[in-house]
Amino acid sequence: MKNSVVNTGRLLGAGLRALLVLTVLTGVLYPLAVTGVAQALFPGAANGSEIKADGKVVGSSLIGQQGYSLRYFQPRPAHGLAENSVNTQYRLLVSGATNLAADNKELLRQVEDAKTKVVRDNSVPGHPVSPSDVPADAVTSSGSGLDPDISPAYAALQVRRVAARNHLPVTAVRELVADHTEGRTLGFIGEPRVNVLELNIALKDLTARR
Amino acid sequence: MGPVLAGVLQLLALVGALALVHIPFGNYMARVYSSEKHLRAERWIYRGIGADPDARMTWPAYLRAVLAFSLAGVLFLYLLQRLQGVLPGSLGFSAVTPAQSFNTAVSFVTNTNWQSYAGEQTMGHVVQTAGLAVQNFVSAAVGMAVAVALVRGFARSRSGELGNFWADLVRGTLRILVPVAALAAVVLVACGALQNFSGVHEVGQFMGGRQQWGGGAYASQEAIKELGTNGGGVANANSAHPFENPTPFTNLLEIFLILVIPFSLTRTFGVLVGNVRQGYAILGTMAGVWLGFTALMMWTEFAHHGPALQAAGGAMEGKEVRFGTGGSSIFAVTTTLTSTGAVDSFHSSFTGLGGGITMLGMMLGEIAPGGVGSGLYGMLIMAVIAVFIAGLMVGRTPEYLGKKIGAREMKLAACYILVTPALVLVFTAASLALPTPPHSMLNPGAHGFSEVLYAFTSASNNNGSAFAGLNANTDWFNTMTGLAMLLGRFLPMVFVLALAGSLAGQRPVPVTAGTLRTEKPLFTGLLVGAILIITGLTYFPALALGPLAEGLA
Repeated sequence: MKNSVVNTGRLLGAGLRALLVLTVLTGVLYPLAVTGVAQALFPGAANGSEIKADGKVVGSSLIGQQGYSLRYFQPRPAHGLAENSVNTQYRLLVSGATNLAADNKELLRQVEDAKTKVVRDNSVPGHPVSPSDVPADAVTSSGSGLDPDISPAYAALQVRRVAARNHLPVTAVRELVADHTEGRTLGFIGEPRVNVLELNIALKDLTARR
Repeated sequence: MGPVLAGVLQLLALVGALALVHIPFGNYMARVYSSEKHLRAERWIYRGIGADPDARMTWPAYLRAVLAFSLAGVLFLYLLQRLQGVLPGSLGFSAVTPAQSFNTAVSFVTNTNWQSYAGEQTMGHVVQTAGLAVQNFVSAAVGMAVAVALVRGFARSRSGELGNFWADLVRGTLRILVPVAALAAVVLVACGALQNFSGVHEVGQFMGGRQQWGGGAYASQEAIKELGTNGGGVANANSAHPFENPTPFTNLLEIFLILVIPFSLTRTFGVLVGNVRQGYAILGTMAGVWLGFTALMMWTEFAHHGPALQAAGGAMEGKEVRFGTGGSSIFAVTTTLTSTGAVDSFHSSFTGLGGGITMLGMMLGEIAPGGVGSGLYGMLIMAVIAVFIAGLMVGRTPEYLGKKIGAREMKLAACYILVTPALVLVFTAASLALPTPPHSMLNPGAHGFSEVLYAFTSASNNNGSAFAGLNANTDWFNTMTGLAMLLGRFLPMVFVLALAGSLAGQRPVPVTAGTLRTEKPLFTGLLVGAILIITGLTYFPALALGPLAEGLA
């Protein structure tokens, strides 16, 4: 009995020592080495891909923002995004999805409300938007709530509104969208997309120049 | 090009990349686990551990070392979280609650990475890198070690020895996981992933107002989280978060990282048992199921049934624009057919049938191709069951890889395949029978049931993904999913190692005209059939109440 207790203790000790040694390797050296290389070679990306407008940082090109006025291109809804509920000395973005099921009435209501709003906001005199023109990404929340992109179809839908509100020619805005549309990587990886923050910064620039 | 074609091409690109890599990488892993030489760094580590890497272990000794190492891991990780409030480098985050610390410690040590917390607001740098990410490495290395021990059981004769756990653990970490993860992490940063140790960062927003995010070692953890089929993200949104998975290319890379070790281990297996065609039969089974599931998932997600998805005109709820439906479908199937549980899109908002496919993937036992190591040993157990069924049909004592599958071997294999279904169904039933656990459900009706069924399926199979509407941060779910993870990880390992010991002690039987040729496509077909029938019979009633009821409504 006493022997087995001693043996168990010895084995646990070996387990703990193995864990500590491997912690130094994989928990200290590995992340520090990766960070060192990352900071040396790709400091912009490693520190959050910050993006500037008029010399001021206005966010990260990877992190979608909410609250754009109708002068600007609108992002996707983000009903799953939250603010932190613990460690409340901060006001952190907590990423997340709605997790509502495809047959959930609440989700159906969110989608229908969003669709009504997209149709209403983007219909300009002479160019009404039909509900069937609204792409899926315009009325659904993303997985992270931080999706920086919209589909080219949703951007195209907003062009006339944005042009009218900024007193810009439709063709100029359309060109701007085309310049900020990124196709599939190598032609087949992922989906074509438009980064909303980058597009809106360019739009603000364009408006200021006129 | 349409999105469906783009999705199919991404799948083909993955198949091509894996086909290219699995032979050299599998051969390399076989050398790692059979080499007689120790690297100098490894000798230092063995000295630190105080273990003799050349001592040969019988199966009880091997198991004791696995359990001791894992127990040390749980204790250390629990303490680290409980002490977070006083640890430097923790962004000033407070200690994690006891129930959640227990759940998280067990979750990461068992390679599950179920997360009842939101990472960006709960875990500081020290817990993330020196606690959680360490287990991402070592729990994966433990899984590979146990798989290699089982393969040695088939390959060795009359020795009863399975190798040395400490050597397998250290080599798997040092020679396989660390180099690949480091390379992948740098590629992820190059594509935009975050990698720093700065504090909480506040920036102005375009329209005014400010936003805050914490620094973090996102890329380094992301790389090993996928490579080790762990799945525990730095951020709540996991691989949907742009800092973890910034571009369509990183999405495909992450799927590749998830699959590369499990698929390549079939080659390692073939080399170690001295017949690579045996490895191809296993590979064929895994790849067939994975491709079939992916095709089904793409079909149902592109068809987007369900009232809200029909109203939206596409199944984009919970999915990112840059990945689209195709990339998200491949990721979802891959993460649930392995023991990963990372998500680039939220399964709860998939179509009813799509959610069912993710659950069924885990219910197969995560063997196609499965977690690192655990996928191979799970599949070899199914192969034992399949040769047994074939043996019954023709009335011969079954054999696999020259070893007789007798009563003892069959009992162990049967115990293995009974453990997880029992855990899943009993814990789910208990949660629904009690008055308070159902309050955690977010969605009403069949989907609410699915949330609970998914939780215990994920925990017991050590997956870690969720129908994340469920509020799992309650004492009940923290404790019970914790127990399900522990039992779902270590009981099967006991049976695997006992089986390995039993096989290693046998003298091989010669191949005769009556031997079932387990390297032939016929056996692959038999194996796929056995897997689908056994899983189907076990889980059909539960699936009918949840995803089938929702998907066929």
